[in-house]
Amino acid sequence: MIPVAGLLTGIALGLYLQPDVPLWLQPYLPIAIVAALDAVVGGARALGERRFDDRVFVISFVSNVVIAALIVFLGDQLGVGSQLSTGVVVVLGIRIFANAAAIRRQIFHA
Amino acid sequence: MPEPEGRRRRESVRGRLAVGALIGLLGFAATVQIGPGRDDDDFASLRGVELVELLRSVDAANDRLAQQVDELTRTRDELLASRDDPDEARRQAELSADQLAIVTGSVGARGPGVRLRINDPDRQVDAGLLLDVVEELRSAGAEAIVINGTARVVAQTYFLDDDGGVRVGGREVVAPYVVEAIGDPQTMTDALEFRGGVLERISSRGATASVTAVESVSITALADVRSPEYARPDPRQDASAP
Repeated sequence: MIPVAGLLTGIALGLYLQPDVPLWLQPYLPIAIVAALDAVVGGARALGERRFDDRVFVISFVSNVVIAALIVFLGDQLGVGSQLSTGVVVVLGIRIFANAAAIRRQIFHA
Repeated sequence: MPEPEGRRRRESVRGRLAVGALIGLLGFAATVQIGPGRDDDDFASLRGVELVELLRSVDAANDRLAQQVDELTRTRDELLASRDDPDEARRQAELSADQLAIVTGSVGARGPGVRLRINDPDRQVDAGLLLDVVEELRSAGAEAIVINGTARVVAQTYFLDDDGGVRVGGREVVAPYVVEAIGDPQTMTDALEFRGGVLERISSRGATASVTAVESVSITALADVRSPEYARPDPRQDASAP
């Protein structure tokens, strides 16, 4: 209940405030969102397997976002920012798909 | 590891709140990133390589459009050139009509010129001599000639000896003859006055002649314009005529 309320509150706040993304955050925000999405889907899978843990979720969420941002930052410094961003998105996408497949198997047994 | 029930519940609530807050943050961030306030033309989020690509494609489009502009401009110029300017064409036509009217003697004329007066008490000046005078004036560039103010001299004008005088193109003129010509006064005066020229020949016959340059000669006599009976314009040579 609380997560759903949080999600709705966040979306409502975003729609209501519509803040401009600060310039320094612009390269990192999309990657951070994908990383957070990975953590959320992983959390949903753990929830379905009845081994969800608040601590694990919070830590994986924060670490995912921080590491993704770090990789992009490092890539920008090395001059391969766009390639590394693509790589991070691919890896996170694979993880999201794998977790989604596990959820699907639990729900539909297929 | 057994834990007191209350602490577990508190931690659980705190954890759920943290989870909710993080998911809320995700929703907020995603909304902001996707949201309608985002400007698609904002190039700040693009990387150097993408910007270079974008610049190249814009450059290519620019070249293409410039080429198109050139072609269309050329087409427009051609169209403008092919369409005859009606005002200009009319002006040219009027100009050549004026020229032809003066040459054929169908209109009056005015301009600088000379006046040649021939006193011929003994009737020694005949048609041939008068024709020599006209030829001399023509070779000196006379553009319009009239004799005694009534006989306009044009291409078809003939000179004939007649009883009392000379018949010039159907009109009889009698002494004293006054030949007026429009043209460069100095050149025509020289042409008439040179040694052994037409004036000396007139004097040698016992007549007297005098040439005066006139600031403005006014010719009002018109030649009889006849429509050609046999000759017709040749359309094949009309266009190539200089």
